[in-house]
Amino acid sequence: MFLINCPYCGERDQSEFTAGGEAHIVRPKQPTELSDDQWAEFLFMRKNIKGVQLERWNHAHGCRKWFNMVRDTSNDKIHAVYKMGEKPPIK
Amino acid sequence: MSKNLRITNNKFIDQTSRISFKFDGKTLYGFKGDTLASALLANNIHLVGRSFKYHRPRGIMACGSEEPNAIVQVGNDASMTEPNTRATEIELYEGLEASSQNCWPSVNFDIGAINNFFSPLIPAAFYYKTFMWPANFWKLYEYFIRKSAGLGKSPTEPDKDIYDHRYLHCDVLVVGGGVSGIMAAKTAAKNKLNTVLIDDKNILGGTTLFQKNECFKINNSYSSDWLKKEIETLNSLKNLTIKTRTSLAAYHSYNYLLARENLTDHLCLNEKKDKIRQRLWKIRAKKVVIATGAMERPLIFNNNDRPGIILSSSIKKYIDYYGVKCGQKVSLFTNNDSAYETAISLNNNGVIVNSVIDIRDKTNSLIVKQAEKLGIKIHWKSSVVNTNGYKKINSIEIMKLSDNGTAVVGKKIKEECDCLAISGGWTPRVHLFTQSGGKLKFRNEDNVFLPDKTDLDQISIGSCNGDFELDEVIENSVNLINKFLKVNNNDYVNLEIISSKEIDKKNIWLLPSDKPLGKTKPFLDFQNDSTANDVKLALREGFKSIEHVKRYTTTGMATDQGKLSNMHALGIIAETAGVKMGELGTTTFRPPYTPLTFGAIVGRNIGEFFDITRRTPMHDWHVEKKAEFENVGQWKRAWYYPINNENMNEAVQRESKAARDSAGILDASTLGKIDIQGSDTSEFLNRVYTNAWSKLEIGKCRYGLMLNEDGMVYDDGVTTRLSENHYLMTTTTGGAANVLSKLEDYLQTEWPELDVYLTSVTDHYGTVSICGPNSKKILSKVIPDLDLSDKEFPHMSFKNALIDNIKCRVMRISFTGEHSYEINIQSSYAKSVWEKCFDAGKEFNITPYGTETMHLLRAEKGFIIAGQDTDGTMTPVDLQMDWIISKKKYDFIGKRSLYRSDTIREDRKQLVGLLTEDPKEILEEGAQIVAETNKQPIEMLGHVTSSYFSPNLNKSIALAVVKNGKKLKGQKMFVPMKDKTISVTITDTVFLDKENKRLNA
Ligand SMILES: [Zn+2]
Repeated sequence: MFLINCPYCGERDQSEFTAGGEAHIVRPKQPTELSDDQWAEFLFMRKNIKGVQLERWNHAHGCRKWFNMVRDTSNDKIHAVYKMGEKPPIK
Repeated sequence: MSKNLRITNNKFIDQTSRISFKFDGKTLYGFKGDTLASALLANNIHLVGRSFKYHRPRGIMACGSEEPNAIVQVGNDASMTEPNTRATEIELYEGLEASSQNCWPSVNFDIGAINNFFSPLIPAAFYYKTFMWPANFWKLYEYFIRKSAGLGKSPTEPDKDIYDHRYLHCDVLVVGGGVSGIMAAKTAAKNKLNTVLIDDKNILGGTTLFQKNECFKINNSYSSDWLKKEIETLNSLKNLTIKTRTSLAAYHSYNYLLARENLTDHLCLNEKKDKIRQRLWKIRAKKVVIATGAMERPLIFNNNDRPGIILSSSIKKYIDYYGVKCGQKVSLFTNNDSAYETAISLNNNGVIVNSVIDIRDKTNSLIVKQAEKLGIKIHWKSSVVNTNGYKKINSIEIMKLSDNGTAVVGKKIKEECDCLAISGGWTPRVHLFTQSGGKLKFRNEDNVFLPDKTDLDQISIGSCNGDFELDEVIENSVNLINKFLKVNNNDYVNLEIISSKEIDKKNIWLLPSDKPLGKTKPFLDFQNDSTANDVKLALREGFKSIEHVKRYTTTGMATDQGKLSNMHALGIIAETAGVKMGELGTTTFRPPYTPLTFGAIVGRNIGEFFDITRRTPMHDWHVEKKAEFENVGQWKRAWYYPINNENMNEAVQRESKAARDSAGILDASTLGKIDIQGSDTSEFLNRVYTNAWSKLEIGKCRYGLMLNEDGMVYDDGVTTRLSENHYLMTTTTGGAANVLSKLEDYLQTEWPELDVYLTSVTDHYGTVSICGPNSKKILSKVIPDLDLSDKEFPHMSFKNALIDNIKCRVMRISFTGEHSYEINIQSSYAKSVWEKCFDAGKEFNITPYGTETMHLLRAEKGFIIAGQDTDGTMTPVDLQMDWIISKKKYDFIGKRSLYRSDTIREDRKQLVGLLTEDPKEILEEGAQIVAETNKQPIEMLGHVTSSYFSPNLNKSIALAVVKNGKKLKGQKMFVPMKDKTISVTITDTVFLDKENKRLNA
């Protein structure tokens, strides 16, 4: 059970959050111009990394804000959290 | 009570307060402080159960949570009885009733024991293999396997006990109250750290508490006396909370731990009453100190499972702590020094010690010399090759070990005994460490897995960290604690410690016998009854991974998770497969460390507190009218309102007819309502719905369909433009929360530039829906000054109004196809408005209807219910709702997916109507649809999604999804049922009023 540092509220129990999958997948601005394969790349393909991954989280039972997290999926270590629109604090 | 088994000079057991209890129906006596196991042993009862597979007699083997055999059923009340409890952990109380498990009909005469004679026929994975024999055979086995498998009885009535959950936050959590745990807790608390010390026993001190041996002294006192003084000093520490009878169940990431505190299990029946039985602590600790100690290993040799064969350290605890002699003539079998402590304790308490059988060649440690000085006979370099005695051990057979330890040689010596102590060395309790994600390392010298790497702020100290000698335990623990807490506690630096040190180590995982292996029964997992032979068989059959061998042989899969068996299983696998143990890895220990009751897990979240129940403002009215309720998500919705013993079908038929003939009233308060404001709202709606929203005028309503990005229908509902930049969106009852969070997601992450604000107002408004040809007349009575003419107030429009001076919003929208209105008003007024409408409608026979009638009425009109007629695989095109997809809009959520190669396939399942050949025949929802009847196998073309008997059309109607259904209109299909085949025709989805005349009736 993680202890997550919501960028708006501070440290809260994991049970207040929902996970939203891989971060920084931008919705194409002009979907109609994409081929089936390109659209499928956006729609279905996720990296599912074992190791440090950038992912989306929502403080669903708190401030309801979405934010991003740098988490190592191999040991669940959360290296950083950052707001939507910000650059990941580590590479 | 057999007086001669209880010694009297004992400080831990209160021998003045006698306690009566029942075991297997027989009344027995023990003392306050006893466990059920110690009291049984004091009564000379060893046989407490039958083994799982062979139903061999089994006795108490340990004194703590690792006990594999003494698994008993406690209590005989149908609501309170509890199976699978360990007799070694049950504190004795007046009135305790317990019985053996896994024996039928009784522990002394057991039908299943016949398995023992057939055991060559019950190899590893016997149960799995029976599944593969001819199916008919299984029916024969099943009865006997189920009946004789045992595993206790579940309670048949709800648990009357009270359970509780609480949170606990601390700087330091110390798990285990032995020597090292106590030093850690004291150091932390003295340094102003908020500290919690938990221990699963009723008293702190661990095994050192009763150590009175010249070979283990601290500052010239017995180690036990020194420790007692340390424990006394804990009371003065303000920052320290001590919780006894509290066992740590689970250790999760981020130092989140679950501990179960037993509050009343040790109390007598009338003291337990009305008190909380167990409390589950949800602990978040900044730092965790694991000081859980070590478990003694058994030895694996032929017939090592007879009652009376007990772990050596447990025998020591029974005599030194409980004052109970496990036998009168005891032999000891060991590969290490610790059995000598037991031998000396027994000897000092007047028990005849036959001999110590030690597999080592010879050793000269302090403790061994002490034993020799007391005249205790030692068989060096020897092994027990067999034991005798059916319900209790009566003799052992001893032989010399060959030089390489793989065989026994020479003459066999028989030794009479009534108890055999066994010690195979020690296994650090690393369970919690591994549960927390810690990685282990292997120490070859004494074959132990030790804590290695962890990502959490934790340490393991004492014997769970591989320190087995008293001086090392103290010195290493002190250093580790100081470093871990970044403090400098000097309390323990200048101690004068005497500690016997083990000099020689030797280990043989599977001890040789004079008989061939196949003719012996060397048990590994006592609870699941698997032997070393089973593990070897699994390896011969090609299993290589420890996880596979474990599952195939079920070794380590019982309720004790193989606490005693895992190391030997690994050792034997490594030896047989010729690999190093360290490379083999170990199996995963999963929480809980010891089984938790369901009561502790659910705590107070039972009955009405199991989940939130949401009730509409008009709920009481529905109850008064004897409505039946349906659960829709967390909501209680009126389902139908039976009158005069009507059944559901009769009520729904009456309600449906009344709604179309005159007037119906529905509580629609549960529909999700999202208040949307902001200057970009119309653009936002354009992006989230499939249809166009830019031209929606103020005061108008529009139906919208929402897709997922994959093009599949997600939710639907009507959105009303209340003013320039103010909209009210409705969603399905079940979809409300998900829609809001999905919209928030897009707003916050994809389109942060949009000026749009979302607020859930579902609970803020009650919604009264009136429908039917007389709805206009009724509303005009309720709100006389509202112009209800079609010109002023047409279908799909909205008006602000006042009812008794209270503001409300009236929408003219319809989910039934009838002329209808929805009044939205602050929840607190909703019930009175509902009653007002009902009273106004009385002259028109206004009929309250529930969700079932609502579903029927909309099905007559072919309106979908998202989630019933759709299942996440239906596009709007599949639903024949092409009209709602805007051709002009550049983009909306899911648009691009509507022309992926898969979504433009013509043979997708599509929504159609179905009419049965016999109009009285009602299809079953979920029934499959086929095109032919005389072919097997036959392709399933689709299934029925909604089906009703329509009283307004006087025939059965259904909606269905059928492959390529749009093109099959007019075609005959079949719905095969268990006892008949129903002929149906594919039709349009709209059954009633195709021209929508009724909307303006
Ligand atoms: Zn927050």
